[in-house]
Amino acid sequence: MLFLPLTAFAADLPALTGRVVDNAGIIDSGTKAALTQKLADFEAKGSDQIVVATIPSLDGEEIEPYANRLFRFWKLGQAKENNGVLLLVAPNDRKMRIEVGYGLEGTLTDLHTKLIIENDMVPAFRAGDFPGGISKAVDDMVMVLEGNPEELEARGKRNEQPPIDMDNLFFTVFISIWAIIFFGSMAASILPPIFGKKLGPGRYRWLGMTFEPSRRSSSSGWSSGSSGGSWSSGSSGGGGFSGGGGSSGGGGSSGSW
Amino acid sequence: MFAQRLAFPFPSLPAVLMMAIVLPLLAGCGYNTIPTAEENARAAWSEVLNQYQRRSDLIPNLVETVKGYAAHEKDTLDAVVEARAKATQITVTPETLKDPEALKKFQDAQAGLTSALSRLIAVSEAYPDLKANQNFLALQAQLEGTENRIAVARRDYILAVKDYNLTLRTFPSVLWATFWFRGNEPFANFTVDEDKMQPPKVDFGTKQGG
Repeated sequence: MLFLPLTAFAADLPALTGRVVDNAGIIDSGTKAALTQKLADFEAKGSDQIVVATIPSLDGEEIEPYANRLFRFWKLGQAKENNGVLLLVAPNDRKMRIEVGYGLEGTLTDLHTKLIIENDMVPAFRAGDFPGGISKAVDDMVMVLEGNPEELEARGKRNEQPPIDMDNLFFTVFISIWAIIFFGSMAASILPPIFGKKLGPGRYRWLGMTFEPSRRSSSSGWSSGSSGGSWSSGSSGGGGFSGGGGSSGGGGSSGSW
Repeated sequence: MFAQRLAFPFPSLPAVLMMAIVLPLLAGCGYNTIPTAEENARAAWSEVLNQYQRRSDLIPNLVETVKGYAAHEKDTLDAVVEARAKATQITVTPETLKDPEALKKFQDAQAGLTSALSRLIAVSEAYPDLKANQNFLALQAQLEGTENRIAVARRDYILAVKDYNLTLRTFPSVLWATFWFRGNEPFANFTVDEDKMQPPKVDFGTKQGG
């Protein structure tokens, strides 16, 4: 629903169902689980998000614009770091691409990605070993990104956030506003008679304002508006993995086999 | 329910309230729309320039490397150097973006460089020693990546300018354009037939089996 303006353009883009989105069905479940675990561990270390995606076909589109579109649709990497990497394989087109987010272009350079594609993936893919090639490529990408451990650690620290539960946040804000209204009106009726100056029967002047607590206003506004009770949390995505808001400017490289 | 009447002693209260109501409305009406869209388009243009500059910076190194192995491809090498010189002469600053002619010139010069470069890469196919050179390999990967970044930057610019030009012509922001931002003119955009939303095809000779 939130992405309505995007859907026109992104209708054909697959959903981000996890760290390994194997829509082409070329990764066996054991490798998939291992990769997911590895990538989750790696994100926990330095907040870098690596996602492996396979799609059956590009439908005639070039792999570069498609990968960029998918990367931006999934918003891989943290918003302020743009430290996402997308490894995309399209087996029917015999093409692959490693798309690198803005923030990692300096570490995982175009040359690195080129070498990883040519040396890890192409030979394995030619031999029909998709899981092996992809695992090796992921290992090497992680190795390159870990090549600068201080920076990785600093990036991880910068992005360490206590998980904020949006529902709780709303609830807290709601309660505090309600409490201010409720206790505020109570205070306005109790405090002026105590601290204020008496002007007349039931009229007090306090803090430069005139209070008339005893007079009931006919238009009482509090018509119990909070009966809706619809705290439907719309944001709970299945799988618990989503992009952090990062973007990519087309870094990385492509290859074919 | 405790009801109370608060009688504020400030005479300017209606004015303050008025401001409090009107100011957000002003922003909500889209006063900010045009400047925001304009700045986005300018930023997108800066990124385009940035990526073309990056490509331009790669060329001397590339030419030197190719020279070492294929010195007698002099014509091709000279064409690249010449096209680069031509392309660097023409710059489009964000201020002159309103001029379609200037943008056209810039685009033509860069397109000339693109084709000269792809010729250079094509002739380098014939030199196995060159293709095995580590430096050449690195430059190739960078050039390839840069061409793709240019394509992305151009696409982003096209979208940003479309957005900006739309705010100048569509309701309700056209009201602001008429009454307030009279100096704002639509930006020139890349023409569609010259940019088919695809990265330029540059054959780096890395295709296997060829």
